[in-house]
Amino acid sequence: MRVLLIADYDENKLSPKTAKLVSAAISIGKNIDILVAGFDVKNIANEAAKLDGVSNILLADDETLKQQGAQVLCNLVKNIADDYDAILTSVGTIGRAFIPRLSAVLDIMPITDIIEIISPTTFNRPIYAGNAIKTISNLQDKLLATIRSGSFSPVAKNNNANIKEIEFEKITSFVKFIKSIRTDNNTTDLSLAQIVIGGGQAFETKENFDMLYKLADLLGASVGATRAAVELGLAPNESQIGQSGKIITPKLYIAFGISGALQHLAGINGAEKIIAINSDPEAPIMKIADVAFVGDLKEILPQLIKKLS
Amino acid sequence: MKKILVAVKRVVDHNVKIRIKSDGSGVDTDNVRFSMNPFCKHALEAAIQLKEQKKAEEIIVVSIGTKKANDVLLTALAMGADRAILVESEQDLVTLNIAKALQKIISEEKPELVILGKQAVDTDANHTTQMLAGLLNWAQATFASKIEINNNIANVVRGQEEVEFNLPGVISADLGLNKPRNVALPMIMRAKKKPLVIRKIGEFNLDLKPRSKIEKTSALPTRKQGKIISNVDELVDEIKKITNNLGAT
Repeated sequence: MRVLLIADYDENKLSPKTAKLVSAAISIGKNIDILVAGFDVKNIANEAAKLDGVSNILLADDETLKQQGAQVLCNLVKNIADDYDAILTSVGTIGRAFIPRLSAVLDIMPITDIIEIISPTTFNRPIYAGNAIKTISNLQDKLLATIRSGSFSPVAKNNNANIKEIEFEKITSFVKFIKSIRTDNNTTDLSLAQIVIGGGQAFETKENFDMLYKLADLLGASVGATRAAVELGLAPNESQIGQSGKIITPKLYIAFGISGALQHLAGINGAEKIIAINSDPEAPIMKIADVAFVGDLKEILPQLIKKLS
Repeated sequence: MKKILVAVKRVVDHNVKIRIKSDGSGVDTDNVRFSMNPFCKHALEAAIQLKEQKKAEEIIVVSIGTKKANDVLLTALAMGADRAILVESEQDLVTLNIAKALQKIISEEKPELVILGKQAVDTDANHTTQMLAGLLNWAQATFASKIEINNNIANVVRGQEEVEFNLPGVISADLGLNKPRNVALPMIMRAKKKPLVIRKIGEFNLDLKPRSKIEKTSALPTRKQGKIISNVDELVDEIKKITNNLGAT
């Protein structure tokens, strides 16, 4: 099987997700190429070439690819799709937007959000907010898929893969990028963070919620929130953890004032350890936490910050 | 713009705790409450708000599913859609076929804008918007948390970026987009007077050959309750015990 991966990168750095994607690809096929598409991304290609198990890096470097929009990526990949039996991306903003669009153009039904590879054609993926796992086999002659990179360990970087610049048709996307709306609060991408601190609606005000960022600084953690906290305006949209938001797989998740709605639990199930602080001992999250602390977060949080400072 | 098309899905209500059938053949959907997929509600609410702002004249709502999808269409009409199309299918359709059926309806109805929910909370696929945009070769903007339409240009905030495109286009709705309105019973009664057309999936000439096989559906391994602590020093110890083993983060 020939496998094409799309590289993930962030602000001129190859994302750790790509090394994990390669390890998933190794369980699917032998000849693995990585497409690095973007503008001014030669150093990303150099980084990707070090990943073990990779044969070729395909470099598509052009200003039209700067935003890696679904339409331009789709146009680029559809013209090389015949060379591959499988095309994979990680689950992220770009992969989620691009793989289904490409699927429609190639008339292939994709398998998305893969968390486990049983065989090169059989996969596990979560359904119903992660409350059930579906085992699904691909019956088509091509596989289009997105992989939850958090479920795989990264490959090492001792390789020196061949880098080939590829020719492609340049198109202008119908969608024009206006501006980036980034919040500076999060130190790392939530889905990659080793420690995540989550806050729920119990914080009531943004001032209270902002205490979490102090604690996050002390622990080197990223801050996430429940859907309810986001809807109350306590935290930005992109910090929402859950079925409809980010899926996290940290070593430690500390939940403050979070009851544990099903859709939130779906996003944190991959956490190795969970510590929950809640005034209600009967809250669902307290029943699944490795460590449960019953108390008022408005008293506990300042004390905790003081003791860790 | 003249028309917005919104597609909605009938799913197991998101507050229902699902049960997996003991033979692993799927999720038990007998005698459970169904409702409109929450993300579809956000999509419909966005369309209604655009109509209220006089940015659109008509909202057409479509659902593809069994006869029972009629009830979510009534909810949609009660919320403010103008007319409904139910595409009846007894067979579960994969997202690619849903997108193809919608493509056919769009070629007939010619809406300038299509808004869908970003994913359905049963299959959690998150495919249809992008597939539809690919089939139509239209602009797509997924995960919208803000939509503005001015002079035929859609301005959309999606995730951490703001984008713009000339209509037509397909947008998928995220949670932060709006607060969907509630409907009271009298509104549902009035909604029954609005036009609802029923069509059969057979007339769409879809290729129904199986593309994948569902081997089994299983429950998640459950997490067990751990220890309960009651003072902050213990909490500090527990946090340090885990974080000290992490090394540099």
